Amino acid sequence: MLDSKKEKIFNRRIFLLGALQTVALTALGARLAWLQIFEGSKYQVLADKNRINTKLIIPSRGEIFDRSGVPLAINNQNFRLLIIPEQAENLKEVLSNVSELIEIENWRINKVEEQAKKLASFLPIEIKDNLSWEEVSKLEVNISELPGIFIEEGEIRTYPFEKATSHIIGYLGAVNESEMTDDPLMKAPGFRIGKTGIEKAYDLNLRGASGTSHLEVNVRGRKVREIDRLKANQGQSLTLTIDSELQRFTQNRLSEHKSASAIIMDSKTGAVYAMASHPSFDPNLFSKGLSQNEWQEILNNPAFPLNNKSLSGQYPPASTFKMITTLAALEGGFFTSNETVYCTGSYQYGDDKFRCWKLSGHGYVNAISALAKSCDSYYYELSTEVGIDNIAKMAKKFGLGEKYNFDLTDEKAGLIPTIDWKKQALNEKWRPGETIVASIGQGYILSTPLQLAVMTSRLINGGYAVKPWLVEYVGQEKSQEKLWPKINVKNSSLNVIKKGMDRVVNDKTGTAFASKIEDENYSFGGKTGTAQVKRINRAERALGIMNDDLEWRFRHHALFVGYAPLNNPRYVCSVVVEHGGSGSEVAAPIARDLMLECQKRKPDQIEAQHV
Amino acid sequence: MFNSIKLNNELTLFQKFQNLGWGLILLITVMATVGFISLYSAANGNLDPWASKQIIRFFIGMIGLLIIALIDIKWWFRLSYFIYIAGFISLIIVEIMGHTGMGAQRWINLGFIQLQPSEFMKIAVIMALAKFFHSASMEDMKNAQFLFLASILVILPVSLVLLQPDLGTSIMISAAGLSVFFAAGTPLWIFLAGGAIVLILMPIFWHFMHDYQKDRVLTFLNPESDPLGTGYHIIQSKIALGSGGVSGKGFLEGTQSKLNFLPEKQTDFIFTLWAEEWGLFGGVFLLFIIFFILIFGLSVAFKCKHNFGKYLSLGIAVNFFLYAFINIAMVMGLIPVVGAPLPLISYGGTSMLAVLVGFGLLLSCNIHRNSKLTRL
Repeated sequence: MLDSKKEKIFNRRIFLLGALQTVALTALGARLAWLQIFEGSKYQVLADKNRINTKLIIPSRGEIFDRSGVPLAINNQNFRLLIIPEQAENLKEVLSNVSELIEIENWRINKVEEQAKKLASFLPIEIKDNLSWEEVSKLEVNISELPGIFIEEGEIRTYPFEKATSHIIGYLGAVNESEMTDDPLMKAPGFRIGKTGIEKAYDLNLRGASGTSHLEVNVRGRKVREIDRLKANQGQSLTLTIDSELQRFTQNRLSEHKSASAIIMDSKTGAVYAMASHPSFDPNLFSKGLSQNEWQEILNNPAFPLNNKSLSGQYPPASTFKMITTLAALEGGFFTSNETVYCTGSYQYGDDKFRCWKLSGHGYVNAISALAKSCDSYYYELSTEVGIDNIAKMAKKFGLGEKYNFDLTDEKAGLIPTIDWKKQALNEKWRPGETIVASIGQGYILSTPLQLAVMTSRLINGGYAVKPWLVEYVGQEKSQEKLWPKINVKNSSLNVIKKGMDRVVNDKTGTAFASKIEDENYSFGGKTGTAQVKRINRAERALGIMNDDLEWRFRHHALFVGYAPLNNPRYVCSVVVEHGGSGSEVAAPIARDLMLECQKRKPDQIEAQHV
Repeated sequence: MFNSIKLNNELTLFQKFQNLGWGLILLITVMATVGFISLYSAANGNLDPWASKQIIRFFIGMIGLLIIALIDIKWWFRLSYFIYIAGFISLIIVEIMGHTGMGAQRWINLGFIQLQPSEFMKIAVIMALAKFFHSASMEDMKNAQFLFLASILVILPVSLVLLQPDLGTSIMISAAGLSVFFAAGTPLWIFLAGGAIVLILMPIFWHFMHDYQKDRVLTFLNPESDPLGTGYHIIQSKIALGSGGVSGKGFLEGTQSKLNFLPEKQTDFIFTLWAEEWGLFGGVFLLFIIFFILIFGLSVAFKCKHNFGKYLSLGIAVNFFLYAFINIAMVMGLIPVVGAPLPLISYGGTSMLAVLVGFGLLLSCNIHRNSKLTRL
């Protein structure tokens, strides 16, 4: 029987338990509300972070064209052969079936099998890159019998002109740590950026903007579906001032020499039509990935194929500098163009004797004939009165010793020495003999082939301070019209220079007369230069050693700066053949061919267009 | 001995059906349906592999529940000790030849079903204690010897379950047993003293705990300390719950469960799946169902005229409540992960059957609440 006291206790305790449990359930409800209301947004973010994987869409790189729209850098289709181990079931069997269809090296198969062990089985593994059309079609036909195999289409940067444009266009490479920026593309696997040339200088324009694709993934990272997609923006295309045919011609013209460079530019606008540096390299190799051997071969070449010598090669301008010395004398009022100097074959200054290149002497020469004959003695005489600082001032007006912030990187400044410069740089006093050496573009003076082309342009365009440029269009936007300031020199002085340069080529006393263009419609003018690399000492001279007998690296550089046509000049070229010998024998014939070809092609009359 | 038990007011079958307690049947069915929906969603909108089996088990279990409920309470009263002994023997069998699952021995393979005797032992302990306390006087409840004998009924199976080792279930059995002690009028100071002893013994328990059990406690204290290891479950569960928000992500739209970030989504973490898809509304709805079931159980205990029925129904109600509470508190990160299923909802045959058997007994108490159980 139930006694009432016991029942009372029982009922009291039931209520107690019921109350306790109600409190406990309320606590659960409160906790749930806390999680779902107050912390809901925080967990919403975490849940999305779990499930959403952002995939970068890599934009197509902008293409590069020459002034007539001929492609210089394009994106070709690239077919990659991939396998998803999970779908292949028997990986080994599928791989061996594939290698019966197309050639696959054993190391590639080993690599796939190695990766298959490490990676999640639903991730694709690359078997081979750069498949040919033939390989692709063979695989496509048999794809149904090759489980897990698929072909992915991508892009590979291709340079149709291969070696001929490599120094201008540059090449692409994987991103270095030092090149890393905030751009998410930089971290995309296999992403490449411009390493040299236009590809580097205009990398941001060419690169475009990445797109994103949001993928829903499960806990193992497998894609479930695509949630949304933001398209990538293709990079801007570029149109260059370059005339690809003239460029190819120029590059080929240099190929018989061991190391040389040349530039053709428009003296009025500053547009560069051709810029070649030999030896060159094939930038397509970089796109495909260089083998260790190929890379070593390029690095070990003593003529530095990767260097763009037309920008970064610094040479004594030698006799091509004589126009500057002349102008400094004429403009400073130290000499008139008709004043003569008598050349005996050498020039005595104090105890020192300075030789003219013609040991028998030129006799009487004035400003014009001295240029034509390239008489050294004349400039020795001038320089002692003009002084190094006046010469340097004139050189700088004509663009020597400075960088142009040109469209390409790696540009070198050269060197125009002054008295102050020597004091600061070398902490030595300027010696008068050094002015004499400088007057013929030797000694401390250094200039790049580009600077010599700019100098020549300014000399023959009526004294306008043009600067070189390379890019006509970025995307649809045309580059700004350039208005070049007038240099403060008298036209009469410039006419003297022009007359002298005319005679260099077209007068039988001229040093480059052998390179004269017979067809008068195409005749050109210019100036030879032979830069001494090593002095032949007295003992060697006594033995009858000539410069041509020396080891290659000690031979003279051959230089030439030219312009055409003779009347109303437009085109300018500069040629440097490293250790090539004399300017008149080696550089002048190249310049002749370039000026002839350029006048025939008339690149300035090809209206550059946006492609 | 059995002849001496006299029953008045023999009920007809129709009367039994009338007094069955259809409210509880409805609540159970609603709660089980929440389980079916969740299992269907856990399988990405498929009846297989979980929902279909669960539905079949539920119907089999419901038939069992009706049979148990309709059987006169006197029989359950008489069979209590036998059931207890049978349960105890099956625990020993598990200990000797049970299959190994999850690093702990818990199963008996009967060929068609893998039974977990410890699930049924909980009910058996409640039944045995209810019978033991049925005719105890107030003096008995203060008698140390009497109470010690009663506690043996709890300690024996708990020790065996601990050996398996299954800390969660042994705590549950103890708690269910304690609730009967409490209801039967054991002086409060004994509970206080017992609590104090447990606190003192805790460090010793800790020493004998398995590494994975220690991990669970440590992880509970700071789940972020090991986000890829044991803490992962709780973090992902909280993300799923929280991201569900007030109205939920919608049926079949739970990203955490669909994409497998949520572990054990069809068993221990099924509440998370439900609340991720149905939000706070769904979660609170389920809490209310649990609350009503609890109230129903307590009211049966309250109305029952015999002590056996009172203690039995209270023990079953408390046992059910504890199960639900521990599971839900666990997935919310309120208590350590103990590996307790959510009754009627989590996928699993034994759990479903054990819960329905328990409710069958509860309903039997309800039908036969006016019976007179006497013991000479």
